[in-house]
Amino acid sequence: MSEVAVVGFAQSPVAVRDDATTSGVEMLVPTIAEAFGACGITKSDIGFWCSGSSDYLAGRAFSFVSAVDAIGAVPPTMESHVEMDGAWALYEAWVKVLTGDADIALAYGFGKSSGAELRRVLALQLDPYLVAPLWPDSVSVAALQARLGLEAGRWTEKDMAEVAARSRAAAAGNPAAQVSGSVTAAELLDRPYVAEPLRAHDCAPVGDGAAVVIIASAARARELCERPAWITGFAHRIDSGSLGARDLLSVPSAAGASSAASADVGSVDVAELHAPFTHQEILLREAMGLGGDVAISPSGGALCGNPMFAAGLARIGLAARAVMSGRAGRALGHATSGPALQQNLVCVLSGASS
Amino acid sequence: MKQQAAVLGVGQTRHRSKRTDVSMAGLCREAADRAVADAGLTLADIDAVVVGKAPDLFEGVMMPELYLADALGAVGKPLLRVHTAGSVGGATGNVAASLVQAGVHRRVLALAWEKQSESNAMWALSINPPFSMPVGAGAGGYFAPHIRAYIRRSGAPSHIGALVAVKDRRNGALNPFAHLQQGDITLEKVQASPMLWDPVRYDETCPSSDGACAVVIGDAPAAAEAPGPVAWIRATSMRSEPTMFAGKDHVNPAAGRDCVAALWRQAGITDPINEIDVAEIYVPFSWYEPMWLENLGFAAPGEGWRLTEAGETAIGGRIPVNPSGGVLSSNPIGASGLLRFAESALQVMGKGGEHQVPGARVALGHAYGGGSQFFSMWVVASTPS
Repeated sequence: MSEVAVVGFAQSPVAVRDDATTSGVEMLVPTIAEAFGACGITKSDIGFWCSGSSDYLAGRAFSFVSAVDAIGAVPPTMESHVEMDGAWALYEAWVKVLTGDADIALAYGFGKSSGAELRRVLALQLDPYLVAPLWPDSVSVAALQARLGLEAGRWTEKDMAEVAARSRAAAAGNPAAQVSGSVTAAELLDRPYVAEPLRAHDCAPVGDGAAVVIIASAARARELCERPAWITGFAHRIDSGSLGARDLLSVPSAAGASSAASADVGSVDVAELHAPFTHQEILLREAMGLGGDVAISPSGGALCGNPMFAAGLARIGLAARAVMSGRAGRALGHATSGPALQQNLVCVLSGASS
Repeated sequence: MKQQAAVLGVGQTRHRSKRTDVSMAGLCREAADRAVADAGLTLADIDAVVVGKAPDLFEGVMMPELYLADALGAVGKPLLRVHTAGSVGGATGNVAASLVQAGVHRRVLALAWEKQSESNAMWALSINPPFSMPVGAGAGGYFAPHIRAYIRRSGAPSHIGALVAVKDRRNGALNPFAHLQQGDITLEKVQASPMLWDPVRYDETCPSSDGACAVVIGDAPAAAEAPGPVAWIRATSMRSEPTMFAGKDHVNPAAGRDCVAALWRQAGITDPINEIDVAEIYVPFSWYEPMWLENLGFAAPGEGWRLTEAGETAIGGRIPVNPSGGVLSSNPIGASGLLRFAESALQVMGKGGEHQVPGARVALGHAYGGGSQFFSMWVVASTPS
């Protein structure tokens, strides 16, 4: 298989953005410009574009259509869209570069999570006949999962608070983070429940944002980036859509994706995990076999900024940045989608081409 | 290095206005089961699933493929969800093809669907996006002015649209899966039907359908193991442009012209009307047949209607268009593009049944979406390139 590398990444600051419309254009234009600037390219260098976003998040059909304005698709471009996190748009772009149809491709994801009550909107991802009519919202579904883990002795509320405290401290160095700061687990545990056993710190904040990742074939990567982050493995899997049919304490799709992406995931230096809830970070680390010497989400992770449909792509971009900057030799970016970690994607990046 | 890819099997549902006998999952499974059976496979043989669908608001389910993962046999496998407006069915086929062409997978199931009866697509389309022209009264209200521009530009006589409707509806009666079965439709009946969006009459517009379509795409070794004929994918192409911009040609969009130019180049086609044996083109309103004939280069600008008028787009003509009955006979929106792709494959596999174009060896599948801005196409043939 031919080699492809991440050569550029940019993300908008994550925040509740009153100035941004659901088409994402206001967040995308400066972010795309930043990514172009770092690579020294313009839109005419991009052979394939792929985006990820959601109509339900936007509250209207065809929300991605006006996002095309952000890329300036005149003259016409080779372009596609997934109704998924931008991480899967990057996957489609990676496949496109592998076919040889494009040398340089750009994936973007965007979401205005604050446009409505996110946890209720996400309830509409559930079985439309038997489950969604009951409106189990996304935080409550995650709370069921957290409760199962507590009762099974897999983690404690203190373990969960420690994930939050570590993430917030790490996010202090991340200008894109929505939440950051120094706080102890003990202080967090004094705060009230949002959906027992979840407290506010256990749940990703609701924020709007966009992310952009540029990839290139081996022939072009080195001229665009001094130290490209070579994609050595890229895979995704989905679990059952029926919550009752799943063991919510195992994440076979994350385990399957990570072992398909690399036989040796445990040896990465950095893993940027897309865990929107504290207990899900613990679940993902176990499912992927990430040991104590792997730096988990040094950006602060999704718990400090989770713009829907951009956050997974941003995880891969951040992992790539760790490699491109020389801070990591190998890094992993992860994305999730669906209720209680139903769908998972893993991208493994390396400073050394294979 | 691009690998060879071929359509190994095709399946579709019986399309109807309301498939109340099945859930969304049941509808999709019906098409998936038929496609894998046609390929001599089971769902267990599939490496990855690509799902396409138009806006989620059409059914009122956010990312329904999450719930459909079990019904599609996708659990434990990669599942991608494509959404590129009306062109999505075509894009679904192309993305599935690229997974095989890239060497990532050996057998991929592409499935596209819509269950329009769950909601009301026309009003789901009648939206008021920020800083954009609102689309009032659904797709017909959007496209009618561009059809009028075509008529004025080309000088086409006013009955051309009705001729397309008669041909496509009669073709649909040859296709047991088609939603509308109107073998006895006449020009007079079409011309007497109510005017919806001038010049588009009731009988010149697509129906609202529930339906799904699936194709199995495999690599060369998988094609060699297929029990029947396969359709080799000679070329795929996609292009996009904004809905509105200064200088946009809504009648003959640049994105469509660029898309087909890249397609013919890849397929090594220099004389489309003589080298393509049959075309399945996305014609949701009758007049789009002559408009797309020109956009695709089957006729010079302003001349497409002459092919229609002369009967050259009927089965047996120089360039048969939509022998399946096309979008005018069945329109499960998200699936309509993949139906075009699948029907083009059926033709070169020789499995078109009563709507088979005799001797078809090279076929075009075409889809478009949004405000004539998203295009996806493929060329399939009875032999590899």
